[in-house]
Amino acid sequence: MNWESIATRVEGMRTRGTDLQKRLRGLRRRVALLLAVVGPGIITSNVDNDAGGISVYTQAGAQYGYTLLWSLIPMTIALYVTGEMCARMGVVTGKGLSDLIREEFGFRATFFVMVAGFFVDLANVVAEFAGIAAAMQIFHVSKYISVPIAAVIVWALVLRGTYRQVEVVFLAACVLYLAYVVSAIFAKPDWLEAARNVAIPSLHFNAGYLVMLTGLVGTTIAPWQFFYMQAGFVEKKVSVRQYPQARADVLIGSVSCMAIVFFIIVCTAATLYAHGQRSITDAAEAASALVPLAGKWAGTLFAFGLLNASLFAASILPLSTAHVICEGLGFEAGIDNKFSEAPIFYWLYTILIVAGAGIVLLPNAPLWKILIFSQVGNGIWLPVVLIFILLLVNRRDLMGEYVNTLTFNVVAWVTAIAMILLTMVLTYTAIFPAASLPAP
Amino acid sequence: MQLYATELMGAETYDDQGNFVGRVREFFIEPADQANRIARFLLSRGRFQPLIARHDQVATVAPGTIRLNCSERALELYQPNEGWLAVRKDLLDQQIIDTKGRKVVRVNDVDLTEQRNNGNVELRLTQVDVGLPGAVRRLLQGVVSASMVRKMQRKLPQRTIRWEFVNLIEPDPLRRVKLRITHEKLEDLHPADLAEIMESLSAAERQGIIASLDEEMAGRVLAELDERLTTQIVEKLDPEKAADILEEMAPDAAADLLAELPKETSEELLDEMPGQEAEEVRELLAFDPSTAGGMMNTDFVFIGDTATRDEVLNWMRTQDLNFDALDTVVLLDTSAHFSGIVPVARLLLSAPEQSLTEMKLEPLLSVEADADESEVFELFDKYNLRTLTVVDEHQHPIGTIAVDDVVSRLVAK
Repeated sequence: MNWESIATRVEGMRTRGTDLQKRLRGLRRRVALLLAVVGPGIITSNVDNDAGGISVYTQAGAQYGYTLLWSLIPMTIALYVTGEMCARMGVVTGKGLSDLIREEFGFRATFFVMVAGFFVDLANVVAEFAGIAAAMQIFHVSKYISVPIAAVIVWALVLRGTYRQVEVVFLAACVLYLAYVVSAIFAKPDWLEAARNVAIPSLHFNAGYLVMLTGLVGTTIAPWQFFYMQAGFVEKKVSVRQYPQARADVLIGSVSCMAIVFFIIVCTAATLYAHGQRSITDAAEAASALVPLAGKWAGTLFAFGLLNASLFAASILPLSTAHVICEGLGFEAGIDNKFSEAPIFYWLYTILIVAGAGIVLLPNAPLWKILIFSQVGNGIWLPVVLIFILLLVNRRDLMGEYVNTLTFNVVAWVTAIAMILLTMVLTYTAIFPAASLPAP
Repeated sequence: MQLYATELMGAETYDDQGNFVGRVREFFIEPADQANRIARFLLSRGRFQPLIARHDQVATVAPGTIRLNCSERALELYQPNEGWLAVRKDLLDQQIIDTKGRKVVRVNDVDLTEQRNNGNVELRLTQVDVGLPGAVRRLLQGVVSASMVRKMQRKLPQRTIRWEFVNLIEPDPLRRVKLRITHEKLEDLHPADLAEIMESLSAAERQGIIASLDEEMAGRVLAELDERLTTQIVEKLDPEKAADILEEMAPDAAADLLAELPKETSEELLDEMPGQEAEEVRELLAFDPSTAGGMMNTDFVFIGDTATRDEVLNWMRTQDLNFDALDTVVLLDTSAHFSGIVPVARLLLSAPEQSLTEMKLEPLLSVEADADESEVFELFDKYNLRTLTVVDEHQHPIGTIAVDDVVSRLVAK
């Protein structure tokens, strides 16, 4: 080997090295760009898997095994399409959803949306605190201890933090959803069978199955999440230039949210369904039932997942609601303001938490009824909000070149109408529970 | 009598014969003519084309009813006009800047007063309502009678802004000109207040405000804004305008801003700037932002240490010095090495013939340009500094760091 060939080899390695460096730098730059925007989409989608949601997924797996898994793909699309519209509106107009409703539809429309939203969200907050109580009861902690502590944590988190800090805490909470992945692995499911059921739809036309399907869809897309996501992008001051990253954020959020749903259903299908324990009614019950079937850790992690999800949603819901109401009605809002700068914002936030936790602590609280009310409320409110969104996102004077394309409109309207029909069914069955008796 | 736009929206309008003409759907102000007069009323007539009543065609105005002093045939047909400010569309529910309270607020209602001339009544816009009374009126209008609403609102706390202090936000530059919206009132605000106001607006609105401020004010505001926003704004500005603004900014602030921009954009802007300013900024850009060099300002006053007080003061009077940066002078020895600093206050109080060397602050402190920012913070903390000199490797002073730069860095952490 002569010097020349060694020199060329070295030179070649060096250029390859710098090439790699360049590419790494390019990648790092892209990751940095994404990280600057990421947050609202991922957080919002993951909050969908709240206490009510996890209960429904648990039941879906326990009662119907893997057979409902196919619905996750259309649900991911629906979640992405609706979320993306709000992200786009926030990025393009730089205004929150309630701001836009106020400016384009006037005071009265806004006022009713806000009042309805307040009560629906309050019911949801109660449901989240009920989830916390249930999860902690598995760890033998009384609700009279766990709920007040949770309320204080939630309240202080937002009051003491800046938007950035709070977002980091929330993103960390998203990671904790991985508890369900581990839980599912402990359950030793038939992965092949599960994958086949994701890809190949299997529709069964019995009442119980359809109601469960409706429930799945209904709990996945909640009306308040649109407001939260859009406000998140506005508060982060994401610019139109960063829209591709915002869209990626929403996509990552939708997919990861649905992946968690997949693992929850797989976990309960492989254990509860396989062993004939199909009459599970909520997530806490499922967590206890998992222990003898998949081991102590599976049950513990399942309960921990429920706790995390409930706590997570309980921190975001009051925040989102207070934000939306203040924005729409013209009060100062946002956690970057001090208490004295935005008193109504902080009062609403406090009232939602105190009332939400307080109702759970009532000795004979009709938690079951409140859970149903929250689902019914979401169901009634969702179509209204979706229609507002679709009307706004098609306005060329607001959105410019970023109005919905025809394809997007078709997908979005189909999603909206399907959601409206499904939530109407869900609402009906929630009010008349006789219809939802699972078929044997 | 005090009237409210909400009460008059939908008011039935009759001509001089008492015949019903239509319902009021909109009020227009012609800012080119008079800034606060309702110049035209839009009357809708169902499926017929709407009519316009001019201010001199209105005889009386009361909540729910308007009477004209002419016949229906004297009214013009409605033609949209960009130069008219529409009370309902452009004002109600929209955000405005309260230049007195220095914040962005949303309009709930518009307060009007009547002004009687012979034969007609003019409505003048006196203030905008951003509080609960306006909200209640909007909510209950048409549901509860106007007199009931008036009784209810008396108990509510008022929050109104006089029309003179209202600054409209219009992102479209052409419309802004037609509506005679200037941002003169905004230029009276402190740059930090205006920056905060702009943070609660949308991107297009921010752009509109920066574009219409003079370069000096625009530069001061940009220096105060969140850096994510400054880059967004500068990237969208016309490069020539952006360069003019950068030129007005302190070199360190300009460098901080340019460092956040993509390389091509910042190069383009530097090329647009005049040679000397661009050179200063380029030098600053070479430093890592987290070092003393990245924090310093190259715009400082330096003087030979053998000079006497009077020589210095006389020299300073003849120079065009930047007062904001003038609380310390840096001393050089005969070979241009750093030899100390003298606070201007000490300079003023010393004897006329005293030499600057005798006034130097002890101990002699300076940092090299590549020193880490934490070292700078520690020096400021330990010696309670207001200014720290930055030197190059040969001990030549190249800039100073002021305490406000340190404070804003620490707050950002």
